[in-house]
Amino acid sequence: MSSNSQYEKYKSDGSLLGALLEWVDVRFPATALWRSQVGEYYAPKNFNFWYFFGSLALMVLVMQIVTGIFLVMHYKPDGSLDANGIRVAFASINYIMYDVPWGWLIRYMHSTGASAFFIVVYLHMFRGILYGSYRKPRELVWVLGVLIFLCLMAEAFMGYLLPWGQMSFWGAQVIINLFSAIPLVGEPLSVWIRGDVNIGDATLNRFFSFHVIAVPLVLLGLVAAHLIALHEVGSNNPDGVEIGKHTNEKGIPLDGIPFHPYYTVKDIVGVVVFLALFSIVVFFVPEGGGYFLEYNNFFQADPMKTPPHIAPVWYFTPFYSMLRAMVWNFFWVEAKFWGVVAMGAGVVILAFLPWLDRAPAKSIRYRGPIFKTLLAIFVFGFLILGFLGTKVPGYKIFGVSWLDGDIIAQIFTVYYFLFFLTMPLWSKIDKCKPVPERVTWK
Amino acid sequence: MQTCTGKGDLEMNMLRNLKSLLAAVLFVPALAFAEGGVHLDPAPDVSNDPAALQNGVQLFVNYCQGCHSLSSIRYNRLQELGLTEQQIADNLMFTTDKIGEPMLNAMKSEEAKKWFGAVPPDLSLVARARASESGTGADWLYTYLRTFYRDETRPTGWNNLVFDKVGMPHIFYELQGIQEFDGHELKSVKGGKLSPEEYDKAVADLVGFLVWAGEPQAKLRKTLGVWVLLFLAVLGVFAYLLKKEYWKDVH
Amino acid sequence: MSDNGKLDCGRRRLIFATATVGGAGAVAAAVPFVSSMLPSERAKAAGAPVEVDISRLESGQMMIVEWQGKPVWIVRRTPAMLETLAQVTGEISDPESKASQQPDYCKNQQRSYEKRPEVLVMIGICTHLGCSPSAKFKAGAEEGMTADWKGGFLCPCHGSTFDFAGRVFKAKPAPTNLPIPPHRYLSEQRILIGEHPTEA
Repeated sequence: MSSNSQYEKYKSDGSLLGALLEWVDVRFPATALWRSQVGEYYAPKNFNFWYFFGSLALMVLVMQIVTGIFLVMHYKPDGSLDANGIRVAFASINYIMYDVPWGWLIRYMHSTGASAFFIVVYLHMFRGILYGSYRKPRELVWVLGVLIFLCLMAEAFMGYLLPWGQMSFWGAQVIINLFSAIPLVGEPLSVWIRGDVNIGDATLNRFFSFHVIAVPLVLLGLVAAHLIALHEVGSNNPDGVEIGKHTNEKGIPLDGIPFHPYYTVKDIVGVVVFLALFSIVVFFVPEGGGYFLEYNNFFQADPMKTPPHIAPVWYFTPFYSMLRAMVWNFFWVEAKFWGVVAMGAGVVILAFLPWLDRAPAKSIRYRGPIFKTLLAIFVFGFLILGFLGTKVPGYKIFGVSWLDGDIIAQIFTVYYFLFFLTMPLWSKIDKCKPVPERVTWK
Repeated sequence: MQTCTGKGDLEMNMLRNLKSLLAAVLFVPALAFAEGGVHLDPAPDVSNDPAALQNGVQLFVNYCQGCHSLSSIRYNRLQELGLTEQQIADNLMFTTDKIGEPMLNAMKSEEAKKWFGAVPPDLSLVARARASESGTGADWLYTYLRTFYRDETRPTGWNNLVFDKVGMPHIFYELQGIQEFDGHELKSVKGGKLSPEEYDKAVADLVGFLVWAGEPQAKLRKTLGVWVLLFLAVLGVFAYLLKKEYWKDVH
Repeated sequence: MSDNGKLDCGRRRLIFATATVGGAGAVAAAVPFVSSMLPSERAKAAGAPVEVDISRLESGQMMIVEWQGKPVWIVRRTPAMLETLAQVTGEISDPESKASQQPDYCKNQQRSYEKRPEVLVMIGICTHLGCSPSAKFKAGAEEGMTADWKGGFLCPCHGSTFDFAGRVFKAKPAPTNLPIPPHRYLSEQRILIGEHPTEA
């Protein structure tokens, strides 16, 4: 954050409100914060469609927190059976859906919000890759972003246990059992995570605690750090050029415009469009075709009976595919462990992107054919991995026997990692176009 | 939720359009890849037919509620199906029930476990839980309740086409009669009190009721959705004009 | 704020229009959230009328039933208890229950149906700060009251005292008499608490 002394304190215009602001300003850098972060934060004027998703992610975060606060008023993290033979946690979701005034709407907003969050964040991350937003000096912005993504996955995973349905229970069962694959400490570790030898009330209660308190706190802190770091170095743009290089006599970037009002009014348009799409799901297809709310999760958790097909919610499936793709035992350690490693590495490797990319140009606009081709395959492969992750092992695409889902998942898993690991080589030799001095505009 | 027909049609059309749009964007891949499962007969939509839903709740109370609870539906909520409080009290409630209480079953779960080996599940969400790539939950229930057949190898003497080795006996056999399965198709070997058409209608009514019970606010949700979208459209126009107005400055 | 000067009329109007529409939307969006904190269907069902059988309630005894989560007292008063009501009237702050809460059919000295003067049905929550008073039916100092005590109720929290009709004595913190809930007789010995009589 820029030093406060750089900004003048507010001088009252004689009005009551002005006097109040002046009073506050002497004691708290209200004006300075506003000016440094919003009113005089100069953003490149050439932001395009892809630049909506940052503010949208922030909005979805707020929405999840607000709807979450109201859901916690009625939800009960209790895995035991009630007098009617229904598990208390599951029954409390039904209570929200049937008995609480408007409870259904708040719950659908929260469940749809979870998927919306990942859609928005995936697009936000893809924007970063498109325009090289992770490159120097924004490495830390990107790394903080990857940490936010990790936090978000933890938040979603633990939240998914709370309805205490069949998918909640068995999804958590499978994922926590993954930890038992870690040599030596795995078994005690998974017991420690569950608080029991099996998923039970103890697990539900600690996941509730993490989901509503611990992880959101960390998430908010990381988001604040992400924004502070961004505002320290300034936003990137679709041309991938630094607007700070060309300033007027006051030091204001020639290609920069104040975030407020220009991007606030623009982001409002984005928010309205987003809310319209969001409302279509909430009001007309709240189950999202079984992708946002899985049908099997309308059965309550039954530790005696595994559903025929367990798939994680869609936003985890690309990484879940990577996990399943590892079927070989390496170095005398069983494949299950390497699956866990692949899944974890799939996320963590993103954090190294700033140092793997060696291209002279940041933005895809000026990068060469190698990057464009490899990135296109990368996106296609990621989507395929995501799709296959929702399917049973041994799945045949289009029912064609040689389009074996398992093998295709292995190919794209290998490709996923090769894309990153070989990036220092191909990004360097790729033929980039000359990058303009200033942003292109109209 | 009563709407005049014109507006209702408009909503239905909008809804259908939205649905097909969304299906086209999101779910066509899923459908294209759909696994081959059991063929399900599409359940008739009776959601706009109060008489059918009222018949459905009567069937539920008479045939299902002995064993199955419907714990999320309170008796007074049945007024949304067009029944009066008096009708509900007279025809649908056990005498000990109160109007605000949930529709529980008479049987205790321990007894049920003794008799059937499993506790008959609560049916509040059954119409949502049984949805799959093969069809909606309603389709599954509609097919399930019509495809019981005689199977002497089962303890109950009954088996089912879509729910193999089902624990529940054919509760409607007096209405439907008896069917046998030769490995290819079901054949009726003894007629019941109802003709096949009447039986299908009765099952459709019951399934319609269970679909309603799965999400009683579904109609309100869709109506509200239309209003929310209309509001966002208006807000969107203003927001867009405002954005354009400000961005005139940017050269 | 340098841009304030640049705000021309059209822009001002657009901001106003957008803010109005957006503000209306925000208020509408708040409705479900605020409403979700109102009593749910379950709470409403729990607040349904309660049927009580008083056939085994002996004269001079009190029973407590729960209605809407509150203790409802049913006292079958002896003639002696009823006699005390007229004796203490001078010491009562609202003897005719003008400022107090009760259905019209219980707005009398004994605060019960004229036909059933002995049966008192009353919400056992002090009108001061919501504690539940305790029964002090024995006259005199035997139960820790003053020597001239004629019997009634004492709130342990701040010392308000009430007579056998739940009327509060003067110079006590409770502002009004204990409330009487709506109730009606289904038969001689069965009371439905929470509903007014049908003919009333």
